[in-house]
Amino acid sequence: MTQPNPIIDIRGLNKHFGDFQALSQVDLSVETGEKVVICGPSGSGKSTLIRCINCLEDYSSGSLIVNGVKLSEDNRDIRVVRMEVGMVFQQFNLFPHLTVLGNLTIGMVRVRKMSRTDAEERARHYLERVHIPEQADKYPEQLSGGQQQRVAIARALCMEPKIMLFDEPTSALDPEMINEVLDVMTELAATGMTMICVTHEMGFARRVADKMVFMEGGSIEEIAPPEVFFSKPESARCRMFLDRILVH
Amino acid sequence: MRSIKARLHWLDLVIVVLLFLFVGYVWQQIDGKLNYKWDWARVPNYLFRYDDTAEKWVANVLILGLVNTIRISIYASLLAILFGLILGVARTSRNLAVRMLARTYLELLRNIPPLVVIFIFFFFLSEQLISFFNIESWAYAIARSENAEVWTFLFGDMRQFPALISGIIVLALFESAFVGEILRAGIESVETGQREAARSLGMRWSDEMRFIVLPQALRKTLPPLANQFITLIKDSAIISLISVPDLTLRAVEMANSTRLLFETWIVAAGLYFILCFGLSLLFRSLETRIGRRTSK
Ligand SMILES: Nc1ncnc2c1ncn2[C@@H]1O[C@H](COP(=O)(O)OP(=O)(O)OP(=O)(O)O)[C@@H](O)[C@H]1O
Ligand SMILES: [Mg+2]
Repeated sequence: MTQPNPIIDIRGLNKHFGDFQALSQVDLSVETGEKVVICGPSGSGKSTLIRCINCLEDYSSGSLIVNGVKLSEDNRDIRVVRMEVGMVFQQFNLFPHLTVLGNLTIGMVRVRKMSRTDAEERARHYLERVHIPEQADKYPEQLSGGQQQRVAIARALCMEPKIMLFDEPTSALDPEMINEVLDVMTELAATGMTMICVTHEMGFARRVADKMVFMEGGSIEEIAPPEVFFSKPESARCRMFLDRILVH
Repeated sequence: MRSIKARLHWLDLVIVVLLFLFVGYVWQQIDGKLNYKWDWARVPNYLFRYDDTAEKWVANVLILGLVNTIRISIYASLLAILFGLILGVARTSRNLAVRMLARTYLELLRNIPPLVVIFIFFFFLSEQLISFFNIESWAYAIARSENAEVWTFLFGDMRQFPALISGIIVLALFESAFVGEILRAGIESVETGQREAARSLGMRWSDEMRFIVLPQALRKTLPPLANQFITLIKDSAIISLISVPDLTLRAVEMANSTRLLFETWIVAAGLYFILCFGLSLLFRSLETRIGRRTSK
């Protein structure tokens, strides 16, 4: 073992929506345990990129290897990958017809084929981890946005994934709830989880990121460790973007 | 805000007077010109009759027909929901061939008169099924056997079972197209985020449908499905044409044999009305109660 294998290896990735090219020649590799924060202006392809990683979007050309599996059209491979990749959405996407406990256990019972008691035990463990053990029997609509997003994080963690993807997890939240979610994510980062976050919370990024990625117009403009990224980014566009969002 | 006052306008009076004149005219036509002899006294006997041997009141043809109509409607609805689910899911399938098949079925049903559809289903499908599975002799065997009570409760006189079952199948196939469309709309109303969340947990398509999409779709479509159930009860009258012993067929027989034409059809209409209007009131109150609970 000389060089650690990247858990995610993206090479020359292109993605088209009809005539529109949403991703062009994206290269990105992520080591196990690495934290990557992706930022960039709206429409730059951030969501598209991380949605490709768990096959919510298919790509047009290039290569994409996740956890040793080369992603292709094959259905079975896609599910194998998805079981190892957790995803947290901007809009939470909790299942409204299930209780919090139901939301957490359904994946374990139906996908991991765990027994209901084991699943509930693990669900309660992760609810504890996101600091809302007392909400287990409520329905999503009875929770605040911050609590809902923490349930969504717990739901993904229950599957014990190797990689966690976050797509602007705090953008739909009221300001006073943003920190409770970021705190949970920071704690998760400390456990050594591999994480890719699309976010504009630069305080969080500075604290947690090993690698900052700036995207613009479907391609990666800059990849740098946070010390370099925030002080002297190479790309002028990236500097302008940072100036704009770091003012407030 | 302007309150709506329940005061009579002179136009309302005119309408009421016109209505009375019309009813009076019809009455006079029936009574005078047709020389129709009303005989309401004989009617109750066709609802309930006194059984001399058992020494108690028992249901007679019209009520038996009504009960059969209810039976047929319930079973046909359950079956229609099953077929409708398959159709609704097929209509939203990613596979073009599956989508086209479901679409063809729907368009055929929509653009052929119901009566023709019913005859086609009857002669091409249920008749074949009944003879293929030898349902007739099976039902007669049960009718002759000692403990036929459960069967009789579920399906009425077992000797009529073949007719009943083909009525149910025909009606279910006919309604499934409409149930399917309701369910398709329900399935499409479930946000894509829900399906993406299910998929990102690693769920396969069937689990995603069964545990995430369909429960939400069914909940949203409960009110239109309830309406469709009432529509089905009304539509069920049509299967009397393939000799299914429902309320309408019993009314036809009674009108023919007793010559109590107007009384029979007024009573039949009344029975259908009570059943359907009662159900619609029930569904409406359930809906507001559920609505109140979930909006809390
Ligand atoms: N399903 C789709 N069909 C067509 N175009 C799409 C689709 N999804 C995304 N796009 C386009 O692809 C581009 C990139 O979208 P993407 O959602 O990845 O941007 P983003 O960087 O996540 O932006 P935001 O910050 O607003 O979330 C956008 O211009 C968008 O309009
Ligand atoms: Mg996005």
